Amino acid sequence: MDPTIAANADLAWLLAAFAIVALMFPGLALFYGGMMGVKSALNMMMMVLSTLGITSVLYVLYGYGMVSGPSVKDWGIIGDPRDYIGLSTVMEDLGTGNAETAYWAAFFILFAAITIAIVASGAAGRMKFSGWLVFSAVWLTLVYFPVAHWVFAFDGDGYSGGFLINDVKIHDYAGGTAVHMNSGVAALALAFVLGRRKGRPERPHNLPLTLLGGGILWFGWFGFNGGCAVVAGFLAQYVVMNTLLAGSAGMLGFLLVERVRSGHFTGLGLITGAIAGLVGITPSANTMSPLGALGVGLVAGAVVCLCLGLKTKLGIDDTLDAFAVHGLGGIAGTICIILFASAAAPAGVEGILLGGSWDIVWRELTGIAVTCTYSFLMTCAIAWVLDKTMGLRVDEESEVAGLDLALHAESAYDIHPVGGQGARLGALADRDDVVQGAGDTGRDTGRDTVKDEEVMA
Amino acid sequence: MKLVTAVLRPHAVDDVIERLQGVGISGGTTTEVQGFGQQKGRSESYRGATYEALVPKTRLEVLLPAEEVEAAVGVITATASTGKVGDGKVWVTDVSDVVRVRTGDRGAAAL
Repeated sequence: MDPTIAANADLAWLLAAFAIVALMFPGLALFYGGMMGVKSALNMMMMVLSTLGITSVLYVLYGYGMVSGPSVKDWGIIGDPRDYIGLSTVMEDLGTGNAETAYWAAFFILFAAITIAIVASGAAGRMKFSGWLVFSAVWLTLVYFPVAHWVFAFDGDGYSGGFLINDVKIHDYAGGTAVHMNSGVAALALAFVLGRRKGRPERPHNLPLTLLGGGILWFGWFGFNGGCAVVAGFLAQYVVMNTLLAGSAGMLGFLLVERVRSGHFTGLGLITGAIAGLVGITPSANTMSPLGALGVGLVAGAVVCLCLGLKTKLGIDDTLDAFAVHGLGGIAGTICIILFASAAAPAGVEGILLGGSWDIVWRELTGIAVTCTYSFLMTCAIAWVLDKTMGLRVDEESEVAGLDLALHAESAYDIHPVGGQGARLGALADRDDVVQGAGDTGRDTGRDTVKDEEVMA
Repeated sequence: MKLVTAVLRPHAVDDVIERLQGVGISGGTTTEVQGFGQQKGRSESYRGATYEALVPKTRLEVLLPAEEVEAAVGVITATASTGKVGDGKVWVTDVSDVVRVRTGDRGAAAL
């Protein structure tokens, strides 16, 4: 077959995977937004979606090179951004017919942006929006770009990549370390520096949104893991299957533990377990047999459910549990690789319970320890410095009023019935289309006019 | 003139209104409210964290001539009673004046 046609086939799948992953942003916005109280739901959705804006700018300026560029002095610590500043080199068609730098820049922008978006869990309901934008830019630069370089940048012809993947040789299929442990631990660190929310915590205001958002995230995961296969071949179909299996089993693992512990199967538990299973399969999708993928889901779902109370014991208000779901879920998935990876799966890694070599233990544990330690300490430092300089937290009055109103001059819902107490456009007394003191007809007309303009606005 | 106010289980209210109309009582107002009493609040659990919430109830208000009050109270209690804690309460208050917005009628003529 003409090699260009084969390359085009790979590219076609990768372009589809890109679009599928892009849907994770509204997915996460709904997943997180629905879990917030009604007063700060929009703010949370804005924190999630705004990460695309910040990440796109940074990636074009210097981010691509810091992650995927040749390692500075071959140390494997950080990529050299100089060849990629402004991404000016991506404009030439190299004629491969396959994904070139332009594609990978776009695909990895989504990876970086979803990682910082998950961190919003630790700032829920109490962070200035300007503070979030600055924090995300600094965090991407000092935490995500280096860690992604360590894990995602393979050695190439005549240049070196990151040290975790090339020297320590960790196995991390699609970002269990750089995306999930990194963001989960960073959420814990950010929540630690910001402090707890004031007052009584609010219940999740709209769980159907959270279940819908979680379902959309699951959909996105097929592009996330499937796209990391790079080819439209066996590996892509294999990891897509395992991704489905782990999400499904994660749901069951979480539900079983919560039923035993508290007596109820909950809807929030169901979707949380599915996400936990998906986090667990992210590093391990190409290492597991189908039974192993079910095992990863069950373990990740159960571990996350058992560890949700940890934040309360630590006294850290990681509001939407990114630390438990993404941090510990990612660690659980990685430990599953150590224990029961199948040598017959595409990666060819064998877990120690199945007779594999023990050197995988220190490789994976090094990956976990390095990622989590660096992310925690660096995130604390960034948040502390920004809090002391620009101030990250809103004042108490804004927090009590809710961030939607205080920061954005919006409210998520107008749930008043027709003709009820919904906000009107301007004060009635200031409007010259309302005749003061007129009879029935005049006043009715005035109301109708106001309503029409509301609809148009 | 009297105001009959009833705080009831939400699912009982449609039946109550239907039977009030059956005995000739033609108007009333309902409001969704939340409360606490012998029934206590209700407990909800999200990711293992427990939240205490008030119990949802519906408040029904009916303006009546004094002589119709006993019939109305009888219909409400008979219809809304399940015999379990949480059925709600009915109370009657005096009303000094009523105005019909459309016509400006006052007092008994406005009922």
